[in-house]
Amino acid sequence: MIEVRKLVKTFGRKPVLRGLDFSVPEGEFVAVVGPNGAGKTTLLRILASLARPTLGEVRLAGRRLPAEAGAVRRILGVVSHQPLLYGDLTAEENLRFYGRLYAVSELEARVQQALETVGLRPHRRDLVRTFSRGMQQRLSIGRAILHEPLVMLLDEPHTGLDPEAAVMLDRLLGQVAGEGRTVVMTSHDLQRAASLANRVDVLAGGVMAASVRKGELDPEELPALYRSVTGA
Amino acid sequence: MEPMPRTLKTLNWLTAALFVAALYMVFLYAPREAVMGDVQRVFYFHVSAGWVGAVAFLVTAISGAVFLARRNPKWDRLAVASVEIGMVFAFINIVSGAIWARPVWNTWWTWDPRLVTATIMELIYLAYLMLRQGIEDPDRRARFGSVYGIVAFISVPITFLSIRFFRTIHPVVIGSGDPTAEGTFDMTPRMLQAFLFSLLTFSLIYMTLLWHRVRLARMTEHVEERRMQLTSA
Amino acid sequence: MPEPGNRIEVRAAPTGPRVPTAPATVARGDRLVAGYLRAIAAIVRKDLAAELRSRELLGAMLVFSLLLILIFNFALELDARTRQTVTAGVLWSTFAFAGTLGLNRSMALEVDRGCLDGLLLAPVDRSALFFGKALGNLIFMLLVAATILPAYSALYNVNLFLPGLMGVVLLGSIGYVVVGTLLSSMAVQARTRDILLPLLLFPVVLPVVIAAVRATSGLLQAVPPEEIRGWINLLIAYDVIFTAVAFMTFDYIVEE
Repeated sequence: MIEVRKLVKTFGRKPVLRGLDFSVPEGEFVAVVGPNGAGKTTLLRILASLARPTLGEVRLAGRRLPAEAGAVRRILGVVSHQPLLYGDLTAEENLRFYGRLYAVSELEARVQQALETVGLRPHRRDLVRTFSRGMQQRLSIGRAILHEPLVMLLDEPHTGLDPEAAVMLDRLLGQVAGEGRTVVMTSHDLQRAASLANRVDVLAGGVMAASVRKGELDPEELPALYRSVTGA
Repeated sequence: MEPMPRTLKTLNWLTAALFVAALYMVFLYAPREAVMGDVQRVFYFHVSAGWVGAVAFLVTAISGAVFLARRNPKWDRLAVASVEIGMVFAFINIVSGAIWARPVWNTWWTWDPRLVTATIMELIYLAYLMLRQGIEDPDRRARFGSVYGIVAFISVPITFLSIRFFRTIHPVVIGSGDPTAEGTFDMTPRMLQAFLFSLLTFSLIYMTLLWHRVRLARMTEHVEERRMQLTSA
Repeated sequence: MPEPGNRIEVRAAPTGPRVPTAPATVARGDRLVAGYLRAIAAIVRKDLAAELRSRELLGAMLVFSLLLILIFNFALELDARTRQTVTAGVLWSTFAFAGTLGLNRSMALEVDRGCLDGLLLAPVDRSALFFGKALGNLIFMLLVAATILPAYSALYNVNLFLPGLMGVVLLGSIGYVVVGTLLSSMAVQARTRDILLPLLLFPVVLPVVIAAVRATSGLLQAVPPEEIRGWINLLIAYDVIFTAVAFMTFDYIVEE
């Protein structure tokens, strides 16, 4: 589903990604972890077609980025750590807006269903401005699944959530991923990433330094592996 | 540290020589103008500077367009260099205009369309630099500069036309009884020669300075690169 | 009226695990255009809805405009005689200054909460985003004009309700808003965002101000139409040229 080969990204003269290889088969849930500034967000932005690669090849569902970005966006759902929501609109109105942008058919039904999935139907007429961070993240996921994307990209979605909200988010993520979608999630939290994902990749030094499938390694040994690979 | 290319060294000397020659042409070779007197000699530098200012802006706009197409930073360096130098020439244009206007029409400023447009161009230059200054990311800075350079350049001829249209209906020259006071006078052949020579000289000064400035930008970038390599190693 | 069997449907997702298939949206030419226009409409609708709730933008622009007219009143001694010649200038100066407030605010809303990314993720051409924002800005500007013109009329006993004048306001606003939206999308991403927009905008938008003021003034003083026509042509030319320029350059501003 996702194929990245020798991806290089430089900002001005500063290289962030240095020939990264990354591959995600259809239906997999891959967590990408790594130290701050490693380039996790950069990688995600490139996959999301929000940034251009400097060098290298990126393919999503067989389409090349950035050349065929238009077709790729249709099948992508992106959750950033900013909610991408308009505070002065209600939850419903926000979803309706994005639904229109994505030309989602049977809009109203889809909007209400998405609200139901993320557990925000009772708050559908409330202004997003009044939502807690956890609620905003959930609505953000609702926004991302509205157009039934094949691929979900999440950039540190648990940032700023209290433990209760984080658990709710995990449940939601499990549900969304369980519907056969391909998911890539970046995270700071090694344990959480390991419990949610099929596979954990470690981004360090501008490349994928390690890749661990679920069950290959004992969860307690993960931090040690992480440290050895990132030189922390 | 790149050594100065031989062509550039030659250009330095050539430009300096031409400038001295131009001074001679303007102050000694060209005749004294009948009506305005010696102050008219400012005209040669005034118009040449204005011309270079406009060309510099064109270079910036085109350079920006090429950068957007090719994304090679050298085009952006050229655009910035051209703006900086163009700004100086445009300023010379405005100030020399004032020096000329004062004794002739008893005013520091004439609302001549070309002069007003030149001033607006100067303000656009400043805005261009302020835009770039306010942006941290170098790639974004270059892109935004390019876009603004193109947009602003396109607006300048339109501005000139609208001011001129304005003037034909509402002639306004403060302090002068002559509504068409645009500083026209008949040029004798020697004046024409002096004028063309100044034009040539100023153009060469522009190119020399541009080359120097681009070199400077390139060397600055090299220094930055080295610094980053050394601090991150 | 398409027969039931011919419609291409994207069904709502059934609950429970399933294998996702590619969305059944085959983009034919006409559907692309419809999608493009729908995106523009969606953005305009969103901006209007948000503004209706908060009323920050319009409120600020209106109050600012009225304050400006007040200042002009004392600065220019708008007695009955000078009013004739100066009204057009006062009106357009007011629009030009108040306009920057709206432009900045409109773009800031997108950039500040990262919503610009949300827009960029949508499978529509970037220019649709530009036209959506520009159209929204135009509507706000016209709303402000719709309030200021009657207010000025009443305050100074000048009849501003001439059809030609409405046309000039529309043409001038279009030119202003097209360039303003383009430049504000850059200015809003700079550190010096608030002071930068007027500096970038005013030199470029000067022909609009000149032409609009002269056309308005001509209309108010019942000047022969040939003179006014020249200014109208200039406005139209400016609008067309800069809409094209904006269309071509907006991509470069938003793409990383």
